[in-house]
Amino acid sequence: MAGIYLHIPFCKQACHYCNFHFSTNHSSLPDMVTAIQQEIQLQQQYLGSQPVETIYFGGGTPSLLSTAAIAGILDTLRSHFNVQPGVEITLETNPDDFTEDKPAQWAAAGVNRLSIGIQSFYDADLQWMNRAHNAQQAKQCIAWARAAGIHNITIDLIYGTPTLSDEGWKNNVQKALALGVPHLSCYALTVEPQTALHKMIEQHKKEAVDTDKQGRHFELLMDWLGEAGYEHYEISNFAKPGFRSRHNSSYWQGSHYLGLGPSAHSFNGTSRQWNIANNALYLKAIASNEVPFELETLTATQQLNEYIMTSLRTMEGLSLDKVALEWGAPALLAVEQLAVKYIHNGLMVQHDRNLRLTPQGKLLADGIAADFFQ
Amino acid sequence: MKHIRNFCIIAHIDHGKSTLADRLLEHTKTIGERDMMNQVLDDMDLEREKGITIKSHAIQMSYTYKGEKYIFNLIDTPGHVDFSYEVSRALAACEGALLLVDASQGIQAQTISNLYLAIGNDLEIIPVINKIDMEGAMIPEVKDQIIDLIGCKDEDILLASGKSGIGIEEILAAVVERIPAPKGDVEAPLQALIFDSVFNSFRGIIAYYRIFNGTIRKGDKIKFIATGATYEADEIGVLKLGLDERKEVRAGDVGYIITGIKNAKEVKVGDTITLTSAPGEAINGFEEVKPMVFAGIFPVVTEDFEELRECMDKLQLNDASLTYEIETSQALGFGFRCGFLGLLHMEIIQERLEREFNQTVITTVPNVSFIAYTTRDEKIIVNNPAEMPDVVKVGRIEEPFIRAQIITLPDYIGNIMTLCLGKRGILLNQSYLTTSRVELIFEMPLTEIVFDFYDKLKSSTRGYASFDYTPIGYRDADIVKMDILLNGDKVDALSALIHRSRAQDFGRKLCEKLKELLPRQQFMIAIQAAIGAKVVARETISAMRKDVTAKCYGGDISRKRKLLEKQKEGKKRMRQIGNVEVPQEAFLAVLKLD
Repeated sequence: MAGIYLHIPFCKQACHYCNFHFSTNHSSLPDMVTAIQQEIQLQQQYLGSQPVETIYFGGGTPSLLSTAAIAGILDTLRSHFNVQPGVEITLETNPDDFTEDKPAQWAAAGVNRLSIGIQSFYDADLQWMNRAHNAQQAKQCIAWARAAGIHNITIDLIYGTPTLSDEGWKNNVQKALALGVPHLSCYALTVEPQTALHKMIEQHKKEAVDTDKQGRHFELLMDWLGEAGYEHYEISNFAKPGFRSRHNSSYWQGSHYLGLGPSAHSFNGTSRQWNIANNALYLKAIASNEVPFELETLTATQQLNEYIMTSLRTMEGLSLDKVALEWGAPALLAVEQLAVKYIHNGLMVQHDRNLRLTPQGKLLADGIAADFFQ
Repeated sequence: MKHIRNFCIIAHIDHGKSTLADRLLEHTKTIGERDMMNQVLDDMDLEREKGITIKSHAIQMSYTYKGEKYIFNLIDTPGHVDFSYEVSRALAACEGALLLVDASQGIQAQTISNLYLAIGNDLEIIPVINKIDMEGAMIPEVKDQIIDLIGCKDEDILLASGKSGIGIEEILAAVVERIPAPKGDVEAPLQALIFDSVFNSFRGIIAYYRIFNGTIRKGDKIKFIATGATYEADEIGVLKLGLDERKEVRAGDVGYIITGIKNAKEVKVGDTITLTSAPGEAINGFEEVKPMVFAGIFPVVTEDFEELRECMDKLQLNDASLTYEIETSQALGFGFRCGFLGLLHMEIIQERLEREFNQTVITTVPNVSFIAYTTRDEKIIVNNPAEMPDVVKVGRIEEPFIRAQIITLPDYIGNIMTLCLGKRGILLNQSYLTTSRVELIFEMPLTEIVFDFYDKLKSSTRGYASFDYTPIGYRDADIVKMDILLNGDKVDALSALIHRSRAQDFGRKLCEKLKELLPRQQFMIAIQAAIGAKVVARETISAMRKDVTAKCYGGDISRKRKLLEKQKEGKKRMRQIGNVEVPQEAFLAVLKLD
């Protein structure tokens, strides 16, 4: 199975923490839609004949696209790829792009899963992050989506911001639970280099992030959502049974995927490639029938390291059998030996033939993964 | 012989010795203005940068005065406290010295101690006030200082500026007129004093000497009296800008000899060269140079030990005063216990390893050489904390003392007193050299100079203090071994031998510094300083709370993998002490205490 990702590189305004590729100038949006459809044709061989089970509109802000554009892109995909009947089609949306009738239109175009960038139900947090919506819109849009028959909904929440108290975080999560959202992506606020937030913290215009607080929020979150019956199926992702993101899961399972649009990444098992992160240059190249990308071929060790890094983040954990099968006995031995220490420390458990991080281990997942790197 | 003049320049760092030497070389046409790099005498990068002369050198000039041609041998002297023995041998090779004093700085301690050495060697002193054209020049005051010091007449003092060339002719004339010609018998048995040696990667060791009696000829069978070794004089000559080969060098002159020696250790400064056929007497004053300060030098990456060993071997070829032997540390693996003449020497070696040999090294806590007597009165020399016998077996410990001479402005006497008395100093004498220059003499334990003394002296006097010292033997001391423990595991590379009265304070500061330098890890870290089983200071580093990336989707995987790979690579450079990973900076913590 395989997935397709489409990057829609436009936003109304820049969230202070965001380091994804986007532009706030929308003049080239129509050209971009045409170009992405052109790229679909150029890349139609990338996934071979693999069945496409997931399609994901990400960004940027794909909810800026017209319904016609979404439908057009999906039509083009269907005519060039082996898109399966039960395909999961996710659209990332921002609450401020919702109108009452929008969800029904998206559903008519084929979208069957919505990812809503709510981030917080508090206006103070939303302003701190420079989000374009307010708390009221956040609640309203979920109701509209449900009314249109879209029940496979996920919302994003951000924790560990200086404006968010432990109490506030609790209220945010409880609001999400009260709204009955079956999937939550909860991210610790990350200060990425070359973002407005990074600069403001450096210039002492904003308070620095307190990692102790983030750790606390994460622990609380695991408790609350565990009690509420959500599976913690990846570090930042929680789902009621049957509501996991199939598309995102494919990233962590080593499935192949094709990324379309500026800055989108693709993976075919042995190499990763990423399109140029510049709208104008992307458009220009596509216009002359070239896909502008850089490519990195992965060595066996790099593939193993990526598997370690991603699998340890998941609920299923790292499969020792898979390591043995794909990377051989020496790799297995190294992993098993190192695991002894972490199991002893209570950061990891072995369940059948899988190594899984404990809640404490999840807090330290990066350092542990790096330690297992070969 | 009556047309030879052998002299040196005595000056404090930055008082313009090298620039003045350059002017002398230009005026005597020893070297053209164009092909001259500034400051020819200091030819190591490091010397140029630090503005000091580490190794002495020599150069020959010819100068015509009143129609007669004279040969000048200018012998350069090292300008730092750590090299006082080498200075004394260079002075012994001369009949006269230019006493160079900066017109705006006045006399400094270093200058005075070297001046006393020169007077002790019966050298004729020609006082020169340099940089007279600088703003801030205080010519009358500096003149007074000089007259007070050496009892000369006002008109004996020359005024010069190396930078603009003022007074150079007068200096050259004074060298001819005032400095006596060497005495000696060219027919007597050979007596040549080795005052320096340099390493040349093609020629081996080149020894510099001054002949007091006799003549040395190419091909002579020669003997170094102190080491007892015999060689053949493969090449001899005098020192111009480069080597100037001759058939013979005679009494009174300064020259070089190449014998095929590859290791600087065989050529000892102060030794006497003579002929095996007709041996002469040794020249008085030979001493084995002993290292005063010891520290471990370890490769940052343990696998680089062999490479470091080769570099140490090469370094010692041209620096015989460096001693080293293999040391093993649990924390740092294989490395070397090195002996240095002093702290500056240690710094120089470290920097040369880094610059000339491209080695990154960890230098451990420096210590002096202690003597421990066991309860059965066995004597054990302790150059390394690990060598200190168990407390119960130690009867007593002795530590080296120095006589410290500090010259400063009257304003800073109080600060210096506080500093030196706080470092267990005993004030012996305080005297006004001039109305604005005070000399303070202390007896102090050398070990107190090893830690942060120079920096403190500098900061408490705004740089207006100069310091010199001479070792004066060993005295009883209450020395303890202080260990640092991380989660209960001893870090041998951070152990220190220290006076009991200072141990607790030192331990506390070291623990605090380590807390700053150790990264948080997945568990809590206890940092303890202990004397024997008694913990005297403790700090705690709490466990890392959170170390996990929020997002890991299609575009993040490759970037994150690279980041973690880099992190893993960085960890390889850390040292494992028990379960604690220690970055290399932590081992230098002790050198960075306030």
